[in-house]
Amino acid sequence: MKKNSVGVVTPQYFTFAEPPDTLQLKSGRSLGPITLAYEAYGKLNAKKSNAIMVCHALSGDAHAAGFLEGDSAAGWWDDMIGPGKALDTNLYYVICSNVIGGCKGSTGPSSINPETGKPYALDFPMITIADMVEVERHLIDFFGIEKLLCVIGGSMGGMQALQWASAYPERIIAAIPIATALKHSPQQIAFDEVIRQSIMADPAWRGGYYYKHGQPEKGLAVARMIGHITFMSDQSMEEKFSRKLKNDNLSFQFIDDFEVEGYLRYRGYNFVKRFDANSYLYITKAMDYFDLSGDNFMPSVKNTAVRFLVISFKSDWLYPTHQSQDIVRLLKRKHAYTTYFDLISTYGHDAFLIEIEDETRLIKNFLVNVSPD
Amino acid sequence: MDLGCGNGELLAFLMHQKSALVQGIELDENQMHQCVERGLTVLQGDIESGLVDYPDKSFDFVILNQIMQQIKKADFVIQESLRVGKRVIVGFPNFAHITARFTLVFRGKTPINEALPYYWFETPNIRFLTISDFIDYCAKKEIKIEQEYFLGKSSPVHFMPNLFAQNALFVITRKPQV
Repeated sequence: MKKNSVGVVTPQYFTFAEPPDTLQLKSGRSLGPITLAYEAYGKLNAKKSNAIMVCHALSGDAHAAGFLEGDSAAGWWDDMIGPGKALDTNLYYVICSNVIGGCKGSTGPSSINPETGKPYALDFPMITIADMVEVERHLIDFFGIEKLLCVIGGSMGGMQALQWASAYPERIIAAIPIATALKHSPQQIAFDEVIRQSIMADPAWRGGYYYKHGQPEKGLAVARMIGHITFMSDQSMEEKFSRKLKNDNLSFQFIDDFEVEGYLRYRGYNFVKRFDANSYLYITKAMDYFDLSGDNFMPSVKNTAVRFLVISFKSDWLYPTHQSQDIVRLLKRKHAYTTYFDLISTYGHDAFLIEIEDETRLIKNFLVNVSPD
Repeated sequence: MDLGCGNGELLAFLMHQKSALVQGIELDENQMHQCVERGLTVLQGDIESGLVDYPDKSFDFVILNQIMQQIKKADFVIQESLRVGKRVIVGFPNFAHITARFTLVFRGKTPINEALPYYWFETPNIRFLTISDFIDYCAKKEIKIEQEYFLGKSSPVHFMPNLFAQNALFVITRKPQV
């Protein structure tokens, strides 16, 4: 077990919107019951004022830190969450839930539709980032937490942090959106569309109703390979792979000669084992629909008391620096106390998972000065 | 608002001594880390574009501390500061200080003193202004000088500041539109 780990953790489940209740979604459709898978680390204090909500990215899940029983792999942000780490579990109660629409324990297209007894598949309603946050708010209410100390996340997690600030500014003290944007640019939507098309072009997708037959593995693997290219940078790929060959000679066949090809195939293949293809469609669509630009952001608030720490990475071309600067620009107009860093990194979009040292230094110092009022 | 707040020493002082709500803008990442360690809110950005997106009168005070001599668009930055701040505090080294004049006139060398401590080949200063220059500028631009302080090596200067002050500090506002 790694040092400063939160140790063995147990996934938990929270179900609401049970009959006769449902949750009204942004699309106009309603959904229920809704189950959220979540994990929590540290101790909630008596005043319930030390809770931090961690929001995961596109393919993440509730398992952000520690180890699941019998599993040797640590949570996806284990370097950041634990005793003495950036999100110090000696001080804070850290909660991470799987988003609605996901496939890691929360209700999504692969969940059983109570009306039919079969997986929802494409009968599952479209989900938005606002819906994800709405559901997270229900979880916070269930905990009896009046105000979150902080909402933090990278990429799509950062969108949720922004959505929290916009929809529930009175329920959070601070927000830390990392490597994210107020809205997807046409380039980002284009990547997502190619990703979706590669899944839907696989005959094994069967119009979305594939659960009896198994995943559209080829399409999903290609979708993930596209994703991985966008997560890295030109420089990080050069450093990691250069033009290194897997074997000593070129094969003069259509196989993975280069290490970068092998890496993408490996990543794609592994992804198929752990992620539902329809969830990938729904979640990428949710990201494309997200738009908090202009008057969409904090519509009811002129001056906000929410404190912000906005972080971008210089080599991130998927969520480039200028998109974070757009966030900062909007925050200036709301008179928000904002700290903004454009951190040096060569890792591209992945940096928010890798540049732990800089992020830790920043986030730790920022949180020390964020106190419940 | 401290534009070009460096390691945040001044802002931290204002926050603790005056309970001021403070915001800094700085470009250097190391200095910014020090600001965050002091509990300050600081934006990574450059001085010239840093204020553009703030609405009018966003701050009680905008501080331009020892940056006038180092920026390209000095006039623009002062005007922007007057727009987003109710008052602007400007501090700069006085190039007309007596030692500077002597060095240039009699020794034929670029002045170096406590307020202008750099050799020509390593100085961050790109422009040189004097107290007299700044007062002229304010008159020309319809800027009201509310307060002025002149500092010598270790004490305030009251007599012929443009000759004897090494540093000048002005509190300025926009003259009310008639």
